[in-house]
Amino acid sequence: MKGLSLTSIVLVLAGLACVPLFVTSSVVLNFLTVALLIALVGQGWNVLGGYGGQYSFGHAAFFGTGAYLTAILQTRYGVNAWAGFALGIAGGALAGAVIGALAFRSGLKGSYFALVTLAFAEVFRILASVAPLTGAGVGILLTLDLRPAALQFQSRAPYYWIALALVATSLLIVRAIEHSRFGAWLVAVRENEDAARALGVDVFRVKLAAMTVSAAMTAAGGCFYVQYFLFIDSGLAYGPWISIEALLAPIVGGVGTVFGPLLGAVLVKALGELTKLVAGDAPGLDLVVYGSMLVLVVAFAPRGIAGLIGDMRARMSRAQMPRLERAHG
Amino acid sequence: VAAAGRHLVGHSSKLMLSPSILIPAILNGLMSGAIYALVALGLTLIYGVLHIINFAHGALLTAAMFAAFFANRLLGLDPYVAALGLTPLFFALGYGLQRFVIGPAAHGMDRNILLVTLGLAVVIENALLYAFRADTRTLNLDYAFDVVDLGIAFLPVPRVVAFGVVVLVAVILRLILGLTDTGKAIRAVAKEKLGAELAGIDVQHVYAMTFGLGTACLAIAACLLIPTYYVNPHVGNAFVLVAFTIVVLGGMGSVTGALLGGLFVGVVESLCGLYLGESLGQIGIFVMFILVLLFRSSGLVGERA
Repeated sequence: MKGLSLTSIVLVLAGLACVPLFVTSSVVLNFLTVALLIALVGQGWNVLGGYGGQYSFGHAAFFGTGAYLTAILQTRYGVNAWAGFALGIAGGALAGAVIGALAFRSGLKGSYFALVTLAFAEVFRILASVAPLTGAGVGILLTLDLRPAALQFQSRAPYYWIALALVATSLLIVRAIEHSRFGAWLVAVRENEDAARALGVDVFRVKLAAMTVSAAMTAAGGCFYVQYFLFIDSGLAYGPWISIEALLAPIVGGVGTVFGPLLGAVLVKALGELTKLVAGDAPGLDLVVYGSMLVLVVAFAPRGIAGLIGDMRARMSRAQMPRLERAHG
Repeated sequence: VAAAGRHLVGHSSKLMLSPSILIPAILNGLMSGAIYALVALGLTLIYGVLHIINFAHGALLTAAMFAAFFANRLLGLDPYVAALGLTPLFFALGYGLQRFVIGPAAHGMDRNILLVTLGLAVVIENALLYAFRADTRTLNLDYAFDVVDLGIAFLPVPRVVAFGVVVLVAVILRLILGLTDTGKAIRAVAKEKLGAELAGIDVQHVYAMTFGLGTACLAIAACLLIPTYYVNPHVGNAFVLVAFTIVVLGGMGSVTGALLGGLFVGVVESLCGLYLGESLGQIGIFVMFILVLLFRSSGLVGERA
């Protein structure tokens, strides 16, 4: 997947952008919109976890901060929805920078980093479930105002396009990172932190920058979530479900690849819907499927779908080689 | 949480400083700290040998509590009797999980082990949620509210029993690690994996044995908890975060550290409950956890995380 051409990204996005022109079923559009949302959140995780090797188990902290900021600014302070959306992303990035600074300054990595991010998400969840500002246990309901100026729409298609635009931006950012000096530093930190430091990479700043970008993307997902569903509470915003989907999408799709989170999100969500179809909408069942998926992918396809595709290509070209040789011999 | 502290919150602070309230609070803290210590013991044992943090620890504790609960409801077994059966059962479960799931799935990479144990935690916790819904269940045993009079304080009998059993388990664990061949192999692998392997020790077997011992600790903890505590699909998480705090505080991999750290955290929590009230108690655990991680672990993570 290295050196993925811009053309392939543009082609995929253009194809996806045409979907609402042919599909009018709101069920299908809703499914795709949610998959795009998870792709966005997962792309955020991928920047830090996939490229930087810092596995966060608490990306809900950023998703929820974005969602709550967007909702609170609109309902309590009368801020315009678009401005609220932008401020939500900025707030999420700030949360990422602060948590990152604390964690990386203390030298936390590996399991410790996973633990501390998990703990931050839980602290935020408990605070949001008691603080009056976040609507405590009741949550926040956005006022219905179906105007584009309020970032609310009559039909599903505009939401789909906005989600797609966000995913497109995240894909281009990640591709730009992949081709930049910063991206090379980030991968160096992932592969061997001590070696990277010895070569003069400022490990702390690289990790902090990655975490800020990562948090901003995931926060954008939270902002979009609240505009789309018009409701948020502490469990939805900061609950473990989103932390798990955030890491599951890139891991299933192919960790540390540009398209991994998008591929993974579609597959994960499809499997989730399939479970609901087969077994009914029982609490916990979708997460049982996701958890099993995580174990199975790590066990049998550690590089995700992208890795499987790569292996298959390699095997096909290897299978063709002997035939060619025989033909020549 | 200090039972004595609960209804005292809101009274004047002068009253709270009197020894007749402080001493029972401290004793109660020691009792609940003992259970924390046992959960932490399992965690620290696994960390000390496998150098991984087992994210499935909480979910396994929850599973053990459900097992103890239904052993009583369906089979009529007293939790203390059920412990005799559940401990070997969970030992086998832990052994199998490490040997046949975590070990092979992780391909020897720390990042993968993290993900696999997280995946297992999600599966176990949500399978329990699916099977038993989010309902909170309690056993109403007739001895649950018995107390012993120590002269300075009344202590619930099940907590005193729990304290005694934890001390006993810690002693037995020390003896196993110190005297048996398996224990020696475990210590050898913890100190120097490659050397142990060269000396003919089956490292994968030792890993699985350690994981089994750690999981067996959870079965005992569950049976000690269930007479006075409730069970629901998320109950293990709170305990495990406390256990993580203890393990980081007491030093990763140290049995004595886990024991002392557990008792210390129990007392701190009990006193916090007394002075700050119940609602802040839960958040106090997390905040303490984050602070301990940020300020205590910098010296530890250098080794291997």
